[in-house]
Amino acid sequence: MARVLIRSLNKMYDDVQAVKDVNLEIRDKEFVVLVGPSGCGKTTTLRMVAGLESITSGQVLIGDTVVNELPPMDRDIAMVFQNYALYPHMSVYDNMAFGLKMRKVDRAEIRKRVHDAADILGIRDYLARKPRQLSGGQRQRVALGRAIVRHPQVFLFDEPLSNLDAKLRVQMRVELKKLHSRLNTTAIYVTHDQVEAMTLGDRVVVMKGGLVQQVGEPLELYNAPVNRFVAGFLGSPAMNFAPVRLSNGKDGLRADNPGFGIDVPAEIRPRLQA
Amino acid sequence: MIEGAKWRRWVYFYIPLGGFIFWLLFPFYWMLVTSVRPDRELYRPWMAPNYTPFWTAHPTLVHIVDLLTETLFTRWMLNTLFIAIVSTLISLFCGIFAGYALSRLKFPFAGSLGTGIFITYLVPQTLLFIPLADIVRNFQLGDTPWALILTYPTFLIPFCTWLLMGYFKAIPRELEECARIDGATRWKAMAYIIIPIAVPGILSAGIFAFTLSWNEFIYALVFLSSAEQKTVSVGVTSELVRGDVFYWGQLMAGALLGSIPVAFIYSFFVEHYVAGLTGSVKG
Amino acid sequence: MAISEAVGQRAFAKAPRRDAVTRLLEDERWLAAALLLPTVVLLALFIAYPFVQGVLLAVTDTKVGVPGRFVGVQNFIALLHDSIFRTAVWNTFVYTAVATVFKLGLGLWLALLLNRHFKGKAFTRAFILLPFIIPTVLSTFAWKWMFDPTFSVINWTLFQLDLIHGRINWLGDPDLALISVIIVNVWRGVPFFAISLLAGLQTINPELQEAAAIDGARPWQRFWHVTWPLLLPVTMVVVLFSVIQTFADFQLVYVLTGGGPANATQLFATYAYQIGVGTGLLSEGAAVSLAMFPFLLIVVVVQLLYIRRVEVH
Repeated sequence: MARVLIRSLNKMYDDVQAVKDVNLEIRDKEFVVLVGPSGCGKTTTLRMVAGLESITSGQVLIGDTVVNELPPMDRDIAMVFQNYALYPHMSVYDNMAFGLKMRKVDRAEIRKRVHDAADILGIRDYLARKPRQLSGGQRQRVALGRAIVRHPQVFLFDEPLSNLDAKLRVQMRVELKKLHSRLNTTAIYVTHDQVEAMTLGDRVVVMKGGLVQQVGEPLELYNAPVNRFVAGFLGSPAMNFAPVRLSNGKDGLRADNPGFGIDVPAEIRPRLQA
Repeated sequence: MIEGAKWRRWVYFYIPLGGFIFWLLFPFYWMLVTSVRPDRELYRPWMAPNYTPFWTAHPTLVHIVDLLTETLFTRWMLNTLFIAIVSTLISLFCGIFAGYALSRLKFPFAGSLGTGIFITYLVPQTLLFIPLADIVRNFQLGDTPWALILTYPTFLIPFCTWLLMGYFKAIPRELEECARIDGATRWKAMAYIIIPIAVPGILSAGIFAFTLSWNEFIYALVFLSSAEQKTVSVGVTSELVRGDVFYWGQLMAGALLGSIPVAFIYSFFVEHYVAGLTGSVKG
Repeated sequence: MAISEAVGQRAFAKAPRRDAVTRLLEDERWLAAALLLPTVVLLALFIAYPFVQGVLLAVTDTKVGVPGRFVGVQNFIALLHDSIFRTAVWNTFVYTAVATVFKLGLGLWLALLLNRHFKGKAFTRAFILLPFIIPTVLSTFAWKWMFDPTFSVINWTLFQLDLIHGRINWLGDPDLALISVIIVNVWRGVPFFAISLLAGLQTINPELQEAAAIDGARPWQRFWHVTWPLLLPVTMVVVLFSVIQTFADFQLVYVLTGGGPANATQLFATYAYQIGVGTGLLSEGAAVSLAMFPFLLIVVVVQLLYIRRVEVH
């Protein structure tokens, strides 16, 4: 079972704490999105799961194994980078085959897997080309293909759509969603775009300043944000905020501000009663 | 282009540029002319009448032939080629690894080691040649090409390292990270991904190292004694001057032929050589 | 089978066992140590060790075949009283200073000329570097022949142009010898300066020049206020390399004059060679070589500080 368990994870850079006591359980086959403004610790968390950053304290488990000390190559994961990270001196085929070659998979099996993935992503015709001959969207697919052929336990995505133009981004979002349901593999996805988070994630983790603000399904976060930050961060257009003064009116609690005044509904009154 | 009247272009551009080119290239022309000029024309005093120094009506190959058959010139060329190639390979090997380590790995003392290597580049050979001669003798390397093959890297490696560091630094780290996630060890990521991408830099470093090695003189002069072991520079200097007499025809022929391998390689890889030169300066 | 099935069927495979060496090399620090080992060994053996040996030699009185006893700073004191040594020191400084100034000036001029677009630019740039590429000793012989007192082509040309009436003994006249040697050094070094400075010039955004021109700056002002400051970092590095090489120069003088006439072109390196290898006084030769070191160190430190200051700017 390929679930990912993050227990009390912390990351310190000199005297800056980038990730503070993060606890998350990502269930098998789930697509979880880490979202938040830049500097919130989402990428650092992802990189610690990948093994690209050392863990200051806490544990990361993939399946039932604690992977803290394992190098990236032994964690059975695959990652898609923001800048695609395609090997410029290799053809698309070799790019996709590289990981399998490293693991000494036999040639026939490599061929099969690369062709299967290429078919799924529609890049079969580009296998002989070099990355510099491809457009941004095509490169993105190759990066995805490279991850898919590995049949990993967990997919990691580091803002993969950020470098694409707006129209392409929308298109790829849909495709990614379809891909995930087809592949049925655990995935952790990092983005700063809350629209991506809301549309892609089975569950969404909102982070700020190294701390997890809230975890839950998209609609749950939308309807019941736990704090002002989450409330203002999610949703497009963004939620409106207005400062009001509370006073006891004739029929109960009243909220007034220079622009308008409303009676506070009965259900909310107890929560506001100081 | 310079704006303005045509005469300006001539005065400020063509004439100075032409002057530079003439000054820089004339000695090579002179080498060529002297190499094919018969002796009786060569040794005509400068004030003699009817002297046409800039060309000869009777070109001859006798100097070149004599050089190749009567002296150990070809042996010297082979020696120098062997020494240059092997020391370049050794230096590239060391320089690639050192450059990679210093530019892409984090480890204690990285900064000081980098500075240390840079400093050794600044220690000139003329400072070390006397004690080194002794050391070379103690290691039983005296009068063999290995004396040079092992000592040349002392000035070739720092240069190669510094140059390659620049190239390595420019490679995005995601490529390596991706390779490591894909299943490569750090070592394999370096070998399969980083080094192939840095090949232009490696080529530049190699060519520059080759020309530096071919150009070295004082170690070759001091560590080699028998005529068969000498390099081109040393051989031409010591063996083509018999007594106090300079055999200019042969000397210039030797100078010309001795320059050809370097000029040849240079001509194929000009861009790489220039990249090597400027890379080391901008580095 | 489809990817989803393949993954579902397999529980998380245990991480493969790796042998000790592989695991060790995964650690950045051990990998770095392994990669740096050959370099460190070679440099330690053939630079650090000889340097120490050189110092030891210089404080004894070793001669060829005769092991020496410790004599402290005797060799260095003797050098201070040696008039030839003092001449060599003076010559070396003059040689380095004058040659560097000319190399910089002419190199810069040539770089500015090459920075324009003209037909055959790539070709010209390639040929310009030849003096620097060709082995020094070989091209220096060509100059020696050109300077030869009896057969000099330069003398011939000047005579034909009626500029001189007797011969010029370029290398034999004590007053001229150093100048002649400097000319050859400059000839050799200008291409290096030119190409390096050209590369530096090409990294300067042309828009800056254009903006200055629109602001009303004349060409000289544009150069001084826009181009030159931006070129300074590259210039300093080039000058640093060149100064060190020139200060320690040996090949040129050895071929052209051997240090004469009457020590007019004697430099640190040629004097060290003459004493150490020529007459076999190893310790004294080593002392001369080592005497270079403090001067070099000062030059290097001053320039590095200057470079750092320019870069921080």
